[in-house]
Amino acid sequence: MSVAAAPSRPLGRTRLRELFPGRRPLLFAGLAAMLVMVGIAALGLGATGIPAARVVAILAEAAAGRPAQGGDALIVLQVRLPRLLLGLLVGAALASSGALMQGLFRNPLADPGLVGVSAGAALAAAATIVLGDALLTPLLGALPFGLLPVGAFAGGLLTTLALYRIATRGGRTSMATMLLAGVAFGALSGAVMGLFSYVSDDRQLRDLTFWSLGSLSGATWTKIAAAAPFILPGLVLTPFLARGLNALTLGEAEAYHLGVPVQRVKALAILLVAVAVGASVACAGMIGFVGIVVPHVLRLLAGPDHRMLLPASAMLGAALLVAADTVARTIAAPAELPIGILTAAIGAPFFLWLLLRRQGGLVL
Amino acid sequence: MTALSRRALLLAPALLAALPRARAAEPRRIVSIGGAVTEILYRLGRGDEIVGVDSTSQYPVEALRMKANVGYVRALGAEGILSLRPTHVIAIEGAGPPDALRLVEQAGVPVIRIPEEPSPAGIAKRVEIVAQAVDASAEGTALAAEIAEGFARLTAAREKVTRPTRALFVLSLQNGRPLVGGKGTTADAMLALAGATNVAEGLNGWKPLSDEGLIAAAPEAVVMMAHGPSGDAPDPFALPAFAAIPAAAQKRLVVMDGIYLLGFGPRTPAAALDLMAALHPDQAGSMQP
Repeated sequence: MSVAAAPSRPLGRTRLRELFPGRRPLLFAGLAAMLVMVGIAALGLGATGIPAARVVAILAEAAAGRPAQGGDALIVLQVRLPRLLLGLLVGAALASSGALMQGLFRNPLADPGLVGVSAGAALAAAATIVLGDALLTPLLGALPFGLLPVGAFAGGLLTTLALYRIATRGGRTSMATMLLAGVAFGALSGAVMGLFSYVSDDRQLRDLTFWSLGSLSGATWTKIAAAAPFILPGLVLTPFLARGLNALTLGEAEAYHLGVPVQRVKALAILLVAVAVGASVACAGMIGFVGIVVPHVLRLLAGPDHRMLLPASAMLGAALLVAADTVARTIAAPAELPIGILTAAIGAPFFLWLLLRRQGGLVL
Repeated sequence: MTALSRRALLLAPALLAALPRARAAEPRRIVSIGGAVTEILYRLGRGDEIVGVDSTSQYPVEALRMKANVGYVRALGAEGILSLRPTHVIAIEGAGPPDALRLVEQAGVPVIRIPEEPSPAGIAKRVEIVAQAVDASAEGTALAAEIAEGFARLTAAREKVTRPTRALFVLSLQNGRPLVGGKGTTADAMLALAGATNVAEGLNGWKPLSDEGLIAAAPEAVVMMAHGPSGDAPDPFALPAFAAIPAAAQKRLVVMDGIYLLGFGPRTPAAALDLMAALHPDQAGSMQP
């Protein structure tokens, strides 16, 4: 681990040129190649067979500003491309948030849901589905489209802010308190969700179930335009916390004495996770496994340096989710599998294989 | 990537306008979503024009065997549907997710939505909308008349029921806990059509019923759906609370095929008549025409 730093500046901030350290060009080149390959496969594969040359032609025509004709173009530009971009955004957000949380909590079991954002979003979504029908339908005739993701996003964000307030005393945030408050809120939200599913009717109950399964189906340009402003800044800012997180692995007090602005790192990390994961959950529902396992895989492959871990997690998470989505919509075509099943089915065996290979030398 | 996506975003309307619209002269290619929709299409003689069905389209049996399966009614994918190059998508209310069907519509394929209303009038409306969508108004009128006649016979038979049976519809018995059909469910509507009293009408929707609630409701008969190809249902009377209700004394358990019983399609009058006969065996002689 390379926490040894020039004493002339605060350890918390990472300089731009440090984000992609020269020591691991191979890893990043490999991840980039993987992303490109997965992206091309995602655009070319699906229920409709479209030759790769045709896909490239459609993209080139669209990029050149000439409208491509026919159903093929529509499937590539309106169905697959938005789905690919949403998959990249959500996968990157979940995995880099997972790496951020594991570094912040100094716990390999931490996942982005730990700060309450998933539970809050799920609760708000359930409330929107069940109460929205009762309260809003009589007024508006039908549930306004787009209310569910907005509600979920707001619910996730508000919950995280509330937990952060609970855990902060005198300008210091106790991660242990935040964790415990998150557990308590999770239990409460489970109870209220149960109540909602009890009072919900048949249709609402099925909506709840399928929302909680998670899916990239129904990705539209509108959704991407809504989610990108919340996810992209987080992806750009996250790597700048790398040095602070590296120092935090030694312990909070030690990091503080090394000159890390611990409180600022904590607040920023929590905010970034809440916004990025909130937007992801709102657009794609609950997709487990990516956030917790991708950082582990990278740590096993390339060590625990957050300067590598944070950007690499975003790249691998994006690639994994897009790959899973491609399989999900191809394997049972023209039907689709829920993507959560695939992220686990693709990621878990690989993860286990890595664990077995590294047996004895496991570093978390 | 961003420049590309922005262009694509700007291009979308032009692209959509340029798409060739489905012409009436082409053979119809229908994607049918919802068991009742598929059933109606087959009865209208349009089974050959169906290219894809959803996984709830289990009657007639050949539907799922012969046609592409686009998945569960609430977990559809736009590309899967579009890959079948449909000219019509006919979907039951509640099919989705809404974004997927919206994309199908954007691709220039009309999505015809069939309302959910478990009643004779609701079935008539379903037949009418489907018939109109596939240019089968003559067949639609005939089918509607046949269904109406079925319901007329059912009403006549129901009037002969002197004492409605107090019945309970049990959807499942997970861990020995009955999930029963309360008010607003298709099961409640079906019991009413069959001239029975739903003892769970105090509950709203599908709800678990407590042992005490079950004993207090005192149903004289239990109705369940057949599970699996064997047509069996778990024996509820083996459970202690069920053993204490009047239905247990005579082992009055009615097991019927789920789609037949709750599908609210063309076979509903027959299903209701069957259920009525099963629930009122002493009065059944005068019922079957």
